[in-house]
Amino acid sequence: MTDSVPVAEPSLPVIPAPAPAERRGRGILGVLLRSPGFLVGAVILLFWTTCALFAPSFVPYDPYADDLLNTLQPPSVEHWFGTDQLGRDVFSRVLVGARDILTIAPLATIVGTVAGTAIGLITGYFGGWVDAVVGRLLEVMLSLPLIIVALLVLVALGPSTPTVVVVVGLVFAPLVARTVRAAVLTERHLDYVAAAAVRGEGAPYIMVAEILPNILPPIIVEATVRLGYAIFTIASLSFLGFGVQPPSPDWGLSIAENYGVLVGGYWWTVVFDTIATASLIVGVNLVAESLQRALAE
Amino acid sequence: MTDLTVSPPVLELRDVSVCYRMRGRAVPVLSRVSLSLGKGEVYGLVGESGSGKSTVALAVQRVLPSNGYVSGGQALVNGRDVATLDRAALRQMRARDVAMVFQDPGRALNPSLTIGRQLAEVFEILGSAGGEALRRAEAMLERVRISAPARVMERYPHQLSGGMQQRVVIAMALAKDPSLLILDEPTTGLDATIEAEILDLVDTLRREFGASILFISHNLGAIAGLCDRVGVLYAGRLVEEGPVRPLFRAPRHPYTVGLLRCLPRPGLRKNLAPLDTIPGFPPAPGSIVAGCVFAPRCGLADETCRTVDPPQVALGEGRVSRCHHHDRVGSLVHEAVRAMPAAQPAEHANGTPVLELASLSKTYGTAPYAVHALRDVSLRLMPGQTLGLVGESGSGKSTLAHALLGLIAPDAGGRMALDGAVLAPEVRRRAPEQIKTLQIVFQNPDSALNRSHTVRRLIGRAVTRLGGLAGALREAQVTRLLEAVRLTARQLTARPRQLSGGMKQRVAVARAFAGNPRLVVCDEPTSALDVSVQAAILNLLAELQAERQVAYLLISHDLGVVRYLSDAIAVLYLGRLLEVGPAANVLDGPHHPYTEALLSAAPSVTGERSGRIRLTGAIPSGINPPSGCLFHTRCPRRFGPICETEEPPFVADSAGHAIRCHLPREKLGRSMAALPA
Repeated sequence: MTDSVPVAEPSLPVIPAPAPAERRGRGILGVLLRSPGFLVGAVILLFWTTCALFAPSFVPYDPYADDLLNTLQPPSVEHWFGTDQLGRDVFSRVLVGARDILTIAPLATIVGTVAGTAIGLITGYFGGWVDAVVGRLLEVMLSLPLIIVALLVLVALGPSTPTVVVVVGLVFAPLVARTVRAAVLTERHLDYVAAAAVRGEGAPYIMVAEILPNILPPIIVEATVRLGYAIFTIASLSFLGFGVQPPSPDWGLSIAENYGVLVGGYWWTVVFDTIATASLIVGVNLVAESLQRALAE
Repeated sequence: MTDLTVSPPVLELRDVSVCYRMRGRAVPVLSRVSLSLGKGEVYGLVGESGSGKSTVALAVQRVLPSNGYVSGGQALVNGRDVATLDRAALRQMRARDVAMVFQDPGRALNPSLTIGRQLAEVFEILGSAGGEALRRAEAMLERVRISAPARVMERYPHQLSGGMQQRVVIAMALAKDPSLLILDEPTTGLDATIEAEILDLVDTLRREFGASILFISHNLGAIAGLCDRVGVLYAGRLVEEGPVRPLFRAPRHPYTVGLLRCLPRPGLRKNLAPLDTIPGFPPAPGSIVAGCVFAPRCGLADETCRTVDPPQVALGEGRVSRCHHHDRVGSLVHEAVRAMPAAQPAEHANGTPVLELASLSKTYGTAPYAVHALRDVSLRLMPGQTLGLVGESGSGKSTLAHALLGLIAPDAGGRMALDGAVLAPEVRRRAPEQIKTLQIVFQNPDSALNRSHTVRRLIGRAVTRLGGLAGALREAQVTRLLEAVRLTARQLTARPRQLSGGMKQRVAVARAFAGNPRLVVCDEPTSALDVSVQAAILNLLAELQAERQVAYLLISHDLGVVRYLSDAIAVLYLGRLLEVGPAANVLDGPHHPYTEALLSAAPSVTGERSGRIRLTGAIPSGINPPSGCLFHTRCPRRFGPICETEEPPFVADSAGHAIRCHLPREKLGRSMAALPA
């Protein structure tokens, strides 16, 4: 044993290492696929996404075409979900109606998550007066009912799809920021942040390249939860007339257009849109919950 | 020792095996461990991380995690099989017979209850009424040598120091007068002097209470000083067992031999010889090993060892070894026989110091609540040398390192210079050359390495930033650095969680060396590591220093580590330098009384701690520091009012060995511990 290298042989097996990054990924996917909640949620989401993307090419009727001779027909073989006040096919409209909400809600969620992550990273990383000032401002925003804030801004700016995306996104940003800030606070005191500072790295690099990858799991969970709320909020705004504008077959908008005739017993003009909205929200929440549990494991 | 034949053993494990279910597979953690603990006996269980020593403690109390189960054998407490106890009997056993003290006292105490309340609760469970319980709680605190117990009773855990907290936890454990006390790494998080105090306390209490103690530790010194018998656990197997003195003096299992040789011994220095290491790695949990589990790392292994699992061989005098060649372990060759690079620094006596600190102070907060974390510290460090920085927690070691690295700004008035050039207090204001020159190796690689980056990225980024290289040059440099820390390109794509503790620390070292630094701050570089890994990292640091003439500022509470690597030693107390000088002079004496106490507190494997100097009282608070000599409140050599009124001068002798004490040098103590063995 006169070998000059007294240290442990590096060629010996370490910890059995079948590329654990993937393994971790596969582990989470494995947990998800074994969770019934996730499967149900995923199927619902997949169904509505397919509708949003392809429904116009396979629905039986043009969702925008009036048929004034056949208004308010009850469900039948020709019109499975009946027709509305203008004689449009409700079935086709419900399927195609997924389109707007599934465009606006994810975009709004992305806006909210990105803005919230940025705010959370900055307040959590710098702390001190930045955190104090921004933190109080966020608390003020959080203390107001979200839908009222969104309504006020939309009234001021006038409703349009980009405005809705930005407004709903920004309304959600403080909530995301709060989660991200908490996650940053636990990371910030770890030595790898100090090590980066000692190498002379700037704050943006440390926040984005060093801290961000480690706090992705809570951000992903928060984003999925926000998506559910975004769908709910946008449907409400559309119902109130400040979201998606006619003649879109959007669910919230359709409910608003038709609930007046509900008293006349024409339930099919409203019920299917309601079920569609509810199912989408439930689907998103099921996925969010399973994701949260899987990442916590 | 008590006669084992009269009463049944307090604890007996008969061929206990424990498995953890992981990913649907049963992973054995303990296999056929047998041991027994007589009345009043202290049994030390030693092993490195992953050896299963904590699992033993959990199995005894039937508190294994939900995926763990006893797959064979029996654990008997006072002659009763733990597995057969019903709910009530189990509760009874946990409430009265077995007590446990965990590693982190801060987490064992309820933060929202006063000490008195939580301690009285134990007596209430045992049947005392409120007032009576409180009285007994107070008496109990007194028995664990807490002064002013009435005041401590009203405190909350966070208001107590770590050592005090651990005393309270021990008081709670002993309150029920258990027949078996399990201590699981009770001193691991504590400073050397506090550790020595706690060990003393346990030693005294075992006599007073007559409880049997199962003492689990990775610290061979602690076990040697305290235990009657010791069992060495390796990969879930008890490889050697016996009375502590003979076992440590003449171990009969190659693993025990290896463990003992890994320790930095007095007299061993970086430029004399490298430390021994145990080559290889422990088997991965769950891997199937034919033959002896230690064979792949053993210098004596032959064909028999690789095929036949060695039986337990009784060696007489209560000693047992699980080795085919137990009679030949004495002939084990030292693992590391290596010529040290002869490049002995001659330039160092004069020339520009790589680091110069002058009157560096750091105050947190403002008067009257100001805490002086550093007071007027002046130090010099020559290129290629190591300055060991020693002191208890709160002494300002880390503050000094952070100020140096630009992570906190020191008070105005002090001066830091790197290679003669002034070092700005903030990293951003420093020249790139300075940033590159000064790097750090942190204590805990789990915290210091970004867990979502690969080794390639971890080291590569440092190469880009500090070495200014890109593309193929960068890749080549990363490979060179990996080789320098004895890792291979195979680890490039690994993330920290795929590496062992030692490998992670090597990556951290490689990263610090990315820009060819001239000074690396090593902040407790080995205290998160196992003994055998520690030796390898210390060797690595010594080699890199010899090759590259890098200077180290070594912060450590482990005097063995400091002794091995340091050329000079500085002793900090409450932010004030009490002693500075060449390593040999500081270690041999004359000592500052505080240094003397620190040196004598370090447990050694020979188990001789008779000459211990006991420090009384807690470390004073930095808000309200003592007048005069900062150390006078705890000083065993305090001799007069001058100590309380006047700060002693910092007088250096011709060798540059400075001591801050009123006592004349010839009256200061000298150490025998530092003499070459």
